[in-house]
Amino acid sequence: MRRLTGTMTCRATRTRLRTMVAAAMCAAAASAMPAHAQVAVRAETVYTMAGAPLKDAVVLIGSGGKIERVGPAAQVTVPGNYRTLQAKVATPGLIDAHSVVGLAGYLNQPHDQMQLDLSAAIQPELRAIDAYNARDVLVDWLRTHGVTTLHTGHAPGALISGQTMIVKTRGDEVADNVIVPTAAVACTLGSAGLAQQGKSPGNRSKAIAMLRAELLKAKEYVAKSAGPADKRPERDLRQDALGKVLAREWPLLVTANRSTDILAALRVAKEFDVRIILDGAAESYLLVDQIKAAGIPVIVHPTMWRPNGDSENLSMETAATLRKAGIPVALQSGYETYVPKTRVVLWEAAIAAARGLTFEQALATVTIDAAKILGIDKRVGSLEAGKDGDVALFDGDPFEYSSHVTAVVIDGRIVGEGARD
Amino acid sequence: MSDHRFTLAPRQLAAAAGLGLFAIAAPAAGQTRAQAFINARIIPVSGAPIEKGTLIVKGGQIVAVGAAVQVPADAERHDLAGKTIMPGLVDTHSHIGGGSGGDASAPIQPDVRILDSFDARSSSVRRAQAGGVTTVNVMPGSGHLLSGQTLYLKARRGNTIDDLTITLPDGRLAGGIKMANGTNSIRAAGGPFPGTRSKSAALVREQFLKAQQYRDKVRKAGDDAATLPPRDLAMEALVDVLEGRRTVHFHTHRHDDIVTVIRLSQEFGFKPVLQHVSEAWKVADEIAKAGLPCSIILVDAPGGKLETMDIDFKNGAALEKAGVLTGFHTDDSITDSRFFLRAGGLAVRAGMSRDKALYALTMAGARMLGLESRVGSLEAGKDADFIVLSGDPLSVYTRVEQTWVDGARVFDLSNPDDKLYAVGGYGAARGEMLHTEIDEERE
Repeated sequence: MRRLTGTMTCRATRTRLRTMVAAAMCAAAASAMPAHAQVAVRAETVYTMAGAPLKDAVVLIGSGGKIERVGPAAQVTVPGNYRTLQAKVATPGLIDAHSVVGLAGYLNQPHDQMQLDLSAAIQPELRAIDAYNARDVLVDWLRTHGVTTLHTGHAPGALISGQTMIVKTRGDEVADNVIVPTAAVACTLGSAGLAQQGKSPGNRSKAIAMLRAELLKAKEYVAKSAGPADKRPERDLRQDALGKVLAREWPLLVTANRSTDILAALRVAKEFDVRIILDGAAESYLLVDQIKAAGIPVIVHPTMWRPNGDSENLSMETAATLRKAGIPVALQSGYETYVPKTRVVLWEAAIAAARGLTFEQALATVTIDAAKILGIDKRVGSLEAGKDGDVALFDGDPFEYSSHVTAVVIDGRIVGEGARD
Repeated sequence: MSDHRFTLAPRQLAAAAGLGLFAIAAPAAGQTRAQAFINARIIPVSGAPIEKGTLIVKGGQIVAVGAAVQVPADAERHDLAGKTIMPGLVDTHSHIGGGSGGDASAPIQPDVRILDSFDARSSSVRRAQAGGVTTVNVMPGSGHLLSGQTLYLKARRGNTIDDLTITLPDGRLAGGIKMANGTNSIRAAGGPFPGTRSKSAALVREQFLKAQQYRDKVRKAGDDAATLPPRDLAMEALVDVLEGRRTVHFHTHRHDDIVTVIRLSQEFGFKPVLQHVSEAWKVADEIAKAGLPCSIILVDAPGGKLETMDIDFKNGAALEKAGVLTGFHTDDSITDSRFFLRAGGLAVRAGMSRDKALYALTMAGARMLGLESRVGSLEAGKDADFIVLSGDPLSVYTRVEQTWVDGARVFDLSNPDDKLYAVGGYGAARGEMLHTEIDEERE
């Protein structure tokens, strides 16, 4: 199965490469480049996301793939052995705070759709790393639009559908580029999390009852596992995973769009003292006080998401509303089941910028604020000395349709050059 | 061809004319006074932009547009300094209104009309207005070889479908026919639907042959009621296609499917609009040679279905280069009507010229719907369909601030009720049907 996936995707990749104008550099070519070239990015404007934007500035990335220095060109000397990339605008490599790319493949055929297994309602033991296809065409697609870090994994669509992971959008295999093998356990409340054909959960209350029962079971398992050796239970992958959630090691990524579902999520989080990240959260603007009081961050649905079903009341201003209230907010490309098979988080942020967020606030939803919510801000999300050398280069305002990503640097490696449509 | 059988029965004619009168009279009635829109940057599409232009509207029509236009003394003035005015957008392929087409009984159902299921009160109509769409081709889905009759609508404020329709000079309601090839209309063996592309083409050819035979019988019968074949609603619609009274909007993605549409259209002498045309860039010269227009869609990533693996933002540029009349569509809800202007921005990103992109959003669509004498550009005598923008039409930061149809404002961003539909919020899409319910993900 795994091999079949690889074969099919490679063929698709070749077709696209043959036919596309600009250089969508495939992952294989990227890894063939010299490791950790020393790179300098010089741009007319550098949005470091760690302070005010810098005019005519340089980002120096050393041979270890880490940023050495960021500052005005007048103050930073670029060593002679560094390759310099020029751009109008440079930003931190973009972070897509929630995607299914790499699991939900480009072809949308059964053999490349690994984001959901519906044999059971609760499967926290399903790991994203066991299904992530680093060579999927859509990984290339996102990278060539500036996305360097991807929070991806099991999709909304089951009460607990599995784990998510955080990965850089380069490399041939998951091991080449994974940052956080398990980032969260994906939980879906509301109609998308219900089972079909008479199976449970058949409604919202049943879903919460099942979730609570499972967490209670895991609590007992954890307690017994810490007890006397002869009383310890057999190892159970499902309980292991939920144990990590109960230990607050892994958050629950709770997809909930209706206000009732968001409230249910807050209730469960409080009862079991688990960490949650709200996802989607179409009606979160109705519950600003409760979400803020609970100290919960929100990865808001794509700004251009279609309003229907549980999300019919979504607003393009939600990111702005939550941010204004002091709630940490990131944007995402989300889960698309058809055409287009993925969104591009850059463009979702662009629309948010025209709907209540300033340019820099919108950029933060796909850089530093996303990194903070995902707990990876020590490595990515801003251009600062010591952080990963991840940079997106643009030939104009990053949000404008007329602008292009002209190069992408990940961990100091130039993984794509040449304007991309 | 003056056979009434193929236009409308007298009673239908009377009904349609009545509706038409109502539709035209309604907006005009309240506007005997002229309205003047002054100081805006006006992009007429039919000519060069006017930096500080004036647009005069009266009785639902454009009276004058230009730099040195006299504002009538009694006109209501709208000072739009800093704003941009352009023609209302023409969306050549949409599924707003929650209507339906053919059912699962047959792959070809020309008798089925979107007219009979369109909900004029759907929030999707409000969202289209918020996106600046003023004329829209509302279609049934693509899960059939022929899923039914489409309607060209004005995005007027209305209670019923009759308030939105466009009546042609001969009394008919403006609309086309939706056809499709490729995988959407191919279904599992055993039913009436085709199992392969060749079978799809054969079924279509068979029906068009039948339609030719039906037409010939009617022609031969003339006024002789005794030999006139019984009325056949499906055949009447197909004869409309053969006679050029009804345009086929042909959903097609792959290069070989596109060429199949060209082949069928040449065999039966109809001129379809190629819809979606994801791989148009592979056969742009063939399309140009056949003289067929293309209505394309720009989606944020390729893939999602095998036929759209190679969809590319450069489609617009490639078709422009080949000299093909090119328009855009939303395929709402595949893309949301509120972001229709994005299509132009994304096409320009990939090399289409600005002028052609603006033309594609307006006049090209008007031509594809045969409505170019009424909509698509800002010219005296045309319908007063226009939008007021906060800035450049192709900038992501630009908002649609006002939408006017037939001289009546149908959307105003400064009105909280209208804004709800522009940005969303509680109740903005209440009860909106899932796209999948329209046609089981077969767009």
